[in-house]
Amino acid sequence: MDVFQVFIELAQSTVRLSTPLILAALAGLFTERAGIFDIGLEGKMLGAAFAAGCVAYISQSVYMGLLAAVLVSVLLSLVHGYASITQRGSQIVSGVAINFVVAGSTVILGEAWFRQGGRTPALSADGRFGTVTLPFADAVRDVPVLGPLYSGLLSGHSPLTYLAFLMVPASWWILYRTRFGLRLRAVGENPGAVDTAGISVIWLRYRGVICCGILCGIAGAYLSLAAGAGFTKGMTAGKGYIALAALIFAKWRPKNILFACLLFGFLDAFAIRYQGYAFPLIGKVPVQLMQALPYILTVILLAGFIGKAIPPKAGGVPYVKER
Amino acid sequence: MSELAIELKGIDKSFGLVHANRNINLKVRKGTIHGIIGENGAGKSTLMSILYGFYQADRGDIVIDGKTIKIRDPNAAIAAGIGMVHQHFMLVENFTVLENIMLGAEESQILNAGITKARAELKRLEKEYALEVDPDAVIEELPVGIQQRVEILKALYRKADILILDEPTGVLTPAEADHLFRILGQLKDEGKTVLLITHKLREIMAITDEVSVMRRGEMVATRTTKETSVEELAELMVGRRVLLRVEKGEAKPADVKLSVKNLTVRDSRGVTMVEDVSFDIRAGEIVGIAGVAGNGQSELLEAISGIRRATSGTVLLNGREIDVTGNADPADLRRRGLAHVPEDRHHVGLVLKFEESENAILGYHDDAKYRRGMLLDVDAIRADAEAKIAAYDIRPPNPRLKTANFSGGNQQKIVLAREMERNPDVLIIGQPTRGVDVGAIEFIHKRIIEMRDQGKAVLLVSVELDEIRALSDRILVMFAGRVVGERAPDATEGELGLLMAGVEGRKEAAE
Amino acid sequence: MSVPYAKLPGWAEYGLIPLVNLAVAFLISGLVVLIVGESPLEAAYHMVNGAFGRGEYIGFTLYYTTTFIFTGLAVAVAFHCGLFNIGGEGQAYIGGIGVVLACLAFDRTLPWYLVFPIAIVGAAFFGALWAMIPGWLQAKRGSHIVITTIMFNFIAASLMNYLLNRVFKPMGSMSLETRTFDAGGQLPKLDWLMSIFGLSVGSAPFNISFLLALLAAFGVWVLIWRTRLGYEMRTMGHSPAAARYAGIKEAKIIVIAMMISGGLAGMMALNPIMGEQFRMQLDFVQGAGFVGIAVALMGRSHPAGIIPAALLFGMLYQGGAEISFEMPSISRDMIVIIQGLVILFAGALEHMFRPAITRVILGLSPKTRDAAVTKGA
Repeated sequence: MDVFQVFIELAQSTVRLSTPLILAALAGLFTERAGIFDIGLEGKMLGAAFAAGCVAYISQSVYMGLLAAVLVSVLLSLVHGYASITQRGSQIVSGVAINFVVAGSTVILGEAWFRQGGRTPALSADGRFGTVTLPFADAVRDVPVLGPLYSGLLSGHSPLTYLAFLMVPASWWILYRTRFGLRLRAVGENPGAVDTAGISVIWLRYRGVICCGILCGIAGAYLSLAAGAGFTKGMTAGKGYIALAALIFAKWRPKNILFACLLFGFLDAFAIRYQGYAFPLIGKVPVQLMQALPYILTVILLAGFIGKAIPPKAGGVPYVKER
Repeated sequence: MSELAIELKGIDKSFGLVHANRNINLKVRKGTIHGIIGENGAGKSTLMSILYGFYQADRGDIVIDGKTIKIRDPNAAIAAGIGMVHQHFMLVENFTVLENIMLGAEESQILNAGITKARAELKRLEKEYALEVDPDAVIEELPVGIQQRVEILKALYRKADILILDEPTGVLTPAEADHLFRILGQLKDEGKTVLLITHKLREIMAITDEVSVMRRGEMVATRTTKETSVEELAELMVGRRVLLRVEKGEAKPADVKLSVKNLTVRDSRGVTMVEDVSFDIRAGEIVGIAGVAGNGQSELLEAISGIRRATSGTVLLNGREIDVTGNADPADLRRRGLAHVPEDRHHVGLVLKFEESENAILGYHDDAKYRRGMLLDVDAIRADAEAKIAAYDIRPPNPRLKTANFSGGNQQKIVLAREMERNPDVLIIGQPTRGVDVGAIEFIHKRIIEMRDQGKAVLLVSVELDEIRALSDRILVMFAGRVVGERAPDATEGELGLLMAGVEGRKEAAE
Repeated sequence: MSVPYAKLPGWAEYGLIPLVNLAVAFLISGLVVLIVGESPLEAAYHMVNGAFGRGEYIGFTLYYTTTFIFTGLAVAVAFHCGLFNIGGEGQAYIGGIGVVLACLAFDRTLPWYLVFPIAIVGAAFFGALWAMIPGWLQAKRGSHIVITTIMFNFIAASLMNYLLNRVFKPMGSMSLETRTFDAGGQLPKLDWLMSIFGLSVGSAPFNISFLLALLAAFGVWVLIWRTRLGYEMRTMGHSPAAARYAGIKEAKIIVIAMMISGGLAGMMALNPIMGEQFRMQLDFVQGAGFVGIAVALMGRSHPAGIIPAALLFGMLYQGGAEISFEMPSISRDMIVIIQGLVILFAGALEHMFRPAITRVILGLSPKTRDAAVTKGA
């Protein structure tokens, strides 16, 4: 196979695999910029994927599925918000708890409702997101270089993928060009400044957490309605954690998030494509190493090759009025 | 005369067992500068926080411009025309001046339109009140004086008619403070009402029209500034004659115990905090370091005691070098006879969640007398703590009580007992009486003098100039990281003030 | 800083509040059972009966308890040093290497009582090693320990998968496990202990590592409250600034605390490998590392609290197995839900019911209580 073709295919699957990461990392961006750390991205995605799978199957409507995903994810976000904003509990503990509750209940409920070993029934085409063919994609397919790039790489993704990539500039715009964004960034740095300016710290943080819920919901829906055809047990498989790593790796900036997620998506795509493949010089790379590579890389990068990643100053600390 | 801007009637507020404000009545006339004075913990900040809607009073009414209103949150206060400059600035440090000023008063969902308007309004305010700032400067890169200016502009931008300033000069040099007072005078001329919260009598006398005195949560008196005196106010504040002089004999300096040579300290960002500082301290003398907070005193103490790495220079303890630029080990320094009472007892000097007895060994937990085999000898530790509790009259006398449950003065005594009872050669003390009640202050001052008389070398850092003057045998003044002058303890406050402002010091250094 | 809450008597602080939190977690779990269409009371009956109904059941319960004491202690030790070690799962998994190496090397030549100490050292060594790296990265490079330990769980899973595939699996075998150990790699059951109470252990793998777990719990208590190292760890955990002031080596203490934590997690591997399966299987940890978080939170990081909390989870695991046998629609994933809810209510929401309980106990009016909550001076 020629190298260009391989590149296009690899790039295409990179884009597909990056999509949930981008959505989840942006979700994390909104909550962490508001000063609420969230290691429950995984659980929220999983819960959303499950809700999407159930509702899309029952209603035979992909949009109802998406809506359900967002609702469940927002609800879980609110639990996290209640624990960490209202009750001022540990944000890490709360995130861990949500991950477990969701991991258990998706299986128990799925089994009780559908009896397919923790899966939701396979979705028909109506219950899934199709792919979008961009205009002229077929016409230009044979144009050298640009043709495959356009029709093979840019065209042919799920609408949620386009949404995810659009959300990157959109998130930037919201954070840096709107009143809400200004306040959200302020509350993650110095909630006292927000409080004395007459803005409710609590409500603002809840809104950050809700934004996180919405985006995580879409990320989950992507998994069961676009990438797959229904929910399978534990289908997030650590993507929430990878997204979290990408967020830190990106120093909490929207543009960097795009690149970090594409990198991790690429690693995943590469591992899938080349498992069992004997490389010249190195020989066969164990599949387990490929699987672990994103995590190893994250650790290495976290250990000091990413410059100084300064988290939002008030992150992880519950706000208490003080004198 | 003129009408009232603020009237407080019977304000009462408790925090648990602490009765912070008792039946407070206050009248502030429009267009005046009204001072509220009292010691730390007298309840001034609580009262102002109630006025700004940060806390709700348990009882009482607030009347603004003749109307009784409920101030449930800062929003209501802002709507009522009240602005507040907090002691710790409420600024977002990585935001620009303009973003900070706009925050909460953006006018529209999308920032762009508001930005242009805010910029124009800021220009106008800058002109009107002579408060120049660069709207695009990032807060963390501005000096504190300018940051405070941003806080004032924030209030004016929100059209405040009543401006509350909570201890505004604590972080300012005398020159910056004077500039602030000029601004406040100007605001008064524009018809604004200013409430100035402070514990510094000088400020009250300098710029207020009227002054109210608070003591232990109560409003004890209101005076017209012209008709009162420093002495009267001081007495009202403390409730009895202030002890301005600490009884002490002649110092008998002996050998040099601590010698600091050309010490320079840069922080993690590479900013020079301490620059080329040199001095000696002899056995049997107290050397005080005066200066406005944030001029390098903290970093100096930390470098000498091995907590912070110095960039260059040498420090000799009992004639032996301390590796201040490398791996000076605080534990090792303790063994070599250096005791350190840190400035921040809550986060550094104590672990508030520990039992008292556990804090009584902090830093000395390696000592053989607290050990039994491989384990800690809990009985010995508690017995030791009990002895110190008795010697320093620490109350309640319970070595098993959580340290957080002791009062500020008693917490400080826990630290002092630990550091002084070790019979050190050199004692370094930062802010010995910050947040400490009057009775304990006297006790602590006496102990420090006793240490001197026992032949210890004492290095004292305090932002309370009175304390420095009362205790020191020699006074060094720090400004912008440098020692800008040395004076005898009988130097006048004015003379020291000029040094602290960096005015005289530069001349001296140039000569 | 100030005391955030009014002081409660000890029995309320350490008894009533955790119990109320636990009760709520169970109530919500009961709700899930209802949603699934089963009777929560019946489930509760099967749970208790399945956990304690017979000597054999008790043996299983205590077998799980053993595992959770180790992982709970692991999380607690790190907590005391201000570190949140989410990596107990991976550390336990890697700790298995030490056990397996000891057993494979000596099970045919040495008696169990000689192999056991070697295996203990091996398990602790490998677990400590796996925790040391995140600890070192936190201490020296500032990488957030929560994130790195999460990453290390995934890396451990891949590594063990590889090792079982390529190294430990006997030639020609299809399943991902080591060979079964001979007598030297098999720990004796504690049937004598059960028979004191007139019970028979039956087929339950209740083994001598339970005593090791109790010993470890006592050791942790001594370490934390009676040694200089523990004192330094607690100082670090409460206030890093005070630790620096006291001359405590921050980096050293972090690394040591993580190694002790990882060592304890690693020792968990003894129980299933030498005590039950007599071989190492793929994914033998089965989430016990995470259960440790719940156990440590519930036990308030004190060994005296961790042991009963571990017993509770032991009951859940054994009783849960019984429920899923009797009521097929409630699989063992139910335990994961309960575990999550316990973490939520005993951890993140631990203060939720405190104001109400305080009000009841102290008989304070709501107003004074609010004041007590925001107390400061």
